[in-house]
Formats: sequence, structure tokens, C-alpha cells
Amino acid sequence: MLYLQVLINGILLGGLYSCIAVGFSLVWGVLNIINIMHGSLIILGAYAAYFAFTLLGINPFVFVPIAGVALFVLGYALQAGVINRVMGAPVLITLTLTFGLNLILENAMIFAFKADYRKVIIDPPLGLIEIGSAFVPRDRLYAMLLALLLVGGLYAVLRTTRIGRAIVAVRMDREAAALMGVNVPRIYAITFGLGALMAGSAGSLMSVIFPISPLTSVAFLGKAFVICVLGGLGSIPGVMVGGIALGVLESFGSLWLGPDYSTTIAFVLLLALLMFRPTGIMGKRGFE
Amino acid sequence: MTGGRLLMAVAAAAMVGALPFMADNYILRIATSMLMYATLAMSWNFIGGFAGYPSFATAAFFGLGAYAGAVLQTKGVPMIAAWIVAGMIVTVFAAAVGRAILHLRGHYFAIASLVIADVLREVINGMTNLTGGGMGLNLPVLKIDVTTQAQFFYCAMLAVALLALATSVILDRSRVGFGLRCIEQNEDAALRLGIHTSRYKTIAFSLSSVYPALAGAVYASWVSYIDPAEAFDVLFSIKPIIMALLGGAGTIVGPVVGAFIFQVMEELVWRNFLNVHLGLLGLIVVLLILFLPKGLLGIGLLSPRGRPLTAKAP
Repeated sequence: MLYLQVLINGILLGGLYSCIAVGFSLVWGVLNIINIMHGSLIILGAYAAYFAFTLLGINPFVFVPIAGVALFVLGYALQAGVINRVMGAPVLITLTLTFGLNLILENAMIFAFKADYRKVIIDPPLGLIEIGSAFVPRDRLYAMLLALLLVGGLYAVLRTTRIGRAIVAVRMDREAAALMGVNVPRIYAITFGLGALMAGSAGSLMSVIFPISPLTSVAFLGKAFVICVLGGLGSIPGVMVGGIALGVLESFGSLWLGPDYSTTIAFVLLLALLMFRPTGIMGKRGFE
Repeated sequence: MTGGRLLMAVAAAAMVGALPFMADNYILRIATSMLMYATLAMSWNFIGGFAGYPSFATAAFFGLGAYAGAVLQTKGVPMIAAWIVAGMIVTVFAAAVGRAILHLRGHYFAIASLVIADVLREVINGMTNLTGGGMGLNLPVLKIDVTTQAQFFYCAMLAVALLALATSVILDRSRVGFGLRCIEQNEDAALRLGIHTSRYKTIAFSLSSVYPALAGAVYASWVSYIDPAEAFDVLFSIKPIIMALLGGAGTIVGPVVGAFIFQVMEELVWRNFLNVHLGLLGLIVVLLILFLPKGLLGIGLLSPRGRPLTAKAP
């Protein structure tokens, strides 16, 4: 059954997509910053996993938390040291700042790693699971499950921990949160760190599935945009719905129109959504 | 205008006018590209500086203008007529797109404007018959010698830049310019005071498209080969913004000064560090935003007319 297979591929991809977009959505929602660096942070996580695998023999699935912690530290430092200085400035200023930071990061990666495409090849391959007439590649399945676990973990952190509640409080009303004793700049730094953590973890998972290169970071950034607008800004369930919707749409799009048009579909969809329903499918105010 | 500033303006005009007869082709090439970027920066300033809308659509207008001009020329339209028609096509396109996306604010507008160039690039990539697709498009070569050619394209780009400058001056003194500054400060209040905000924003967006389109069309003839990846390069959207911010956004001379300084830096510094030149560009952007958010005009080197873009409380 061809359609079942395409649907499964789409959902497997979509799970990963929600992990890519969730950190971007968190930063956008809480800090009101579009983090142009997000794609490059994903690539950085992917490279870390690639080198951990080729040099040290660490399985990328095991490496996910290490990449996450490393990227968290980087993200925290960037926000605390640089971006916190322009919080509250007009959109153009913050956007241009993250663009500038991204140029530095991207150039550093091209310089250090070259622009060659690389991929983690797990040997022996993990194989396939057969469901009726459709096949599910195990590596993609595990990557998707881990990705959804990470997204669920972030959701749990925001719902249950003190820091999570503080992040939500800052999103809802910065002044009120500050009056309640929340250290707002520190929460900004933690939030940006969490965004980078999700990007790094997603990158580690990506390294098993896609060839990576500094040149592909823009594609990931674009997907994060589309997913946020598709699912609606400000909710993690929205990001999951948006991610899976984009995965399925891309799968069917490349089946019917050819794989060349999958990005065009995503962008046209984005423009149409922005025109007619800028709040997305499940959009609402406040980050829960 | 004080005596000192008048003198500076006259000296600059004399230099710009005398350049094609004095300089060699290398200097002329840099000057032409400087005029092109000054045009892009001034055009971005109409929507981004005056109205405060973070537009990333300059590359879309530039690329579409380049392709419209190039395709018309391959169909046999004379060069200068092709440029003008390209400008008109893009203006109509911008007005239509503007009506659709200018109701968005902040980040949403920024993304929507950024995506236009990507969609256009893919569409032009797909229309292989007309545009050559990813193979690019060759333009008819002019049958004049190299020096004359360099002088001709310098003058053409200068004409476009002067038109953009004249539009800046007129806009700054006009009712529309005043309305746009009101929109930049508080759009809701502007609407309540009876400013037709959507019409004014559409005017600003269309104005910000016409000169990049002309510059793109001239550029295509100048380099005589274009391909989608290059014509819609995102840097055509980003660099003008950096230049305008460098000089002082929302002012008349800011974008021109910014474009000049940026190009000089590019020629003097980055050409010698090819491996890291994008990283250096990024570093300059970061330092600019952190330490010089109002641009060079903001630190009192020149007193700006009009209010530069300032940081607002959220």
C-alpha cells in the first residue's frame, strides 16, 4: 500500500521536525526573538555527534544528552553575554543581531569542518520493521521516538518545574514576573539555552538520517519557521501538530509533484497561512 | 543647510560627476556597485526606516527586476525600455504582495517578506523555457568597448541612485512621509488620528520595490549573466539593512553614507580574508547592533534630519 508507506514516512519525518522547531518556537514565544542561528545550532549538534561517532565510537542516540548539554551552555552564554543587551529593541535590531551571530557561527563551521556533506553510517544497519506491506526503518523510528520524548520532556519541564513556571510567567507578563521575584535576564538565558539544547539534540538525531553540512542549516531554519506558523506560536502541542503536518505534507507533496518541489510547497503554504490565518492551527497567546 | 554641509554636498556631487572621466575601470566598477547598494539601502529605508517595517524583500525585488529586464531583452526589447518595463512590473507586483502581507506586524511581516524571494527563486528555477532555470540566462552583449561600457553602466546606476535620493527627499517632506513616521512610532494611534495606514504602507512598500527593480535590471545588463541563486541572494536583502543601520535608518543621507563606508570596508578588509569574510561581516553586524544602534549619524558626526530608528520599550 503506497499511501500507507508515504504516510508512515511523513509521520517519522514529522516527529523529527517537531523536535527541530520546538526550541525555535520556545525562544520566539518567550523572548520575542527570531533566532536565525537555530539552523546552525542544529548543524553544530549534528557535527558534534558525527565526530563523537567517528573518533570516539559513541552512538549518536547515546550522544543526544551530551550534545544537548554542550549546546545549552553555548546558548546560555550567548544570551547572557550578547543578546540580553538588546532585549526589548525593535524586531529589526534583534533579528539583525542573530543574523550577524549566525554568520560568525556558520563561517566558523565551514572553516573548521569544510562544506562537505557527511553522514553517520551505523554498521551493521538497524534494519526494518514490516507492518503489513509497509516498512519502517528502525533508525528513523528510534530517532522519531527520541525526538518526541525530548519534546514531551520540555513540555513537562515547562509545566511542572519552578524554572518552567518562571519561563511561562515571563512569557505572559515580563513586568509582573519581575515583581514576583523572577530574575528575568536569567530566565531569558535559560530559555535560550533550552532552545539551543533542543536544537543540539535534534542535530544529533539528524546526523543518523540526513547528510549534514553547514550549507543545510538554512533549510532547517526554514522548516522551523513553517512549523511555527503552521502549528501556531506559543504552544508545544501546536509545534508537534505543525511538525507532523509538515512531514506528512512534504511526503505527499514529493510523491505527487516530485521531490524538487517539497520546499516550494512548504513556503507557499507559509505565505498562504500568514495571509489567512497568522495564528496557525492551534495558536494562542502564552506559552504552556 | 549650513555652509559646511553645503560644501560637503557640492564636493561629493563634483566627485561623483567627474569619476567616469578620471578613474580606471576597477574604481569605476566599485563605484557602480556602491551606487547600486546605496540605491538598495535608500529603498529599504522607505519601508524599513520611515515606516519601521522590517522588510526582507529587497532581494525579491532586485532579482525579479533583473529577470524581468533580462527576459524582455532576450525577447528583443531594447535595453533601456526593458529596464523601465521591469521597474513597472515589479512595482505592480510589490503593490499586490504588499496588500496581502502588510497587515502582518513584527516577526510575521519579516518572515513573509523574506519568503517572497525564496518562492520567486523556485518559480524562476522551474520556468526553464523562459529563464533558463538553474542554468542561468545570458544577456545580449553590448557592442561598445570596455571603458565606454563601464562609464555607461556607472551613469545608468547613478541615474537610478539619484532618482531614489530624490524620492527620499520628497518623501521626507511630504504628507506621506510624515504619516509613515507616525506609523513607525505607533501604528494604532496613527490609524485613530485618521492616517490611512494601509494605503501609506502600500505606497512605501511599492516605492521600496521600484528602484531595486531598476538596479537589478541594470545590474543584469552590466554583468550580462544572471542565475536564480545569485539574483535572489539573501545578502541583497541583508546588506542594505546593515548599510542603512550603519548610517542611520530613517534618515536621508544615512543609507548613502552607510553604503559608502560598507563598500570601502569590503574592498579594503574583507577581500584579503576570503575564508572568513562572512564571519567578519557577522562580527561587524554584531558590534554595530550592540554599540551603534542609531548608526553613525546617531553619534553626532552629522546632525540627521528626521528621527533615526531608536530602541523602544516593549
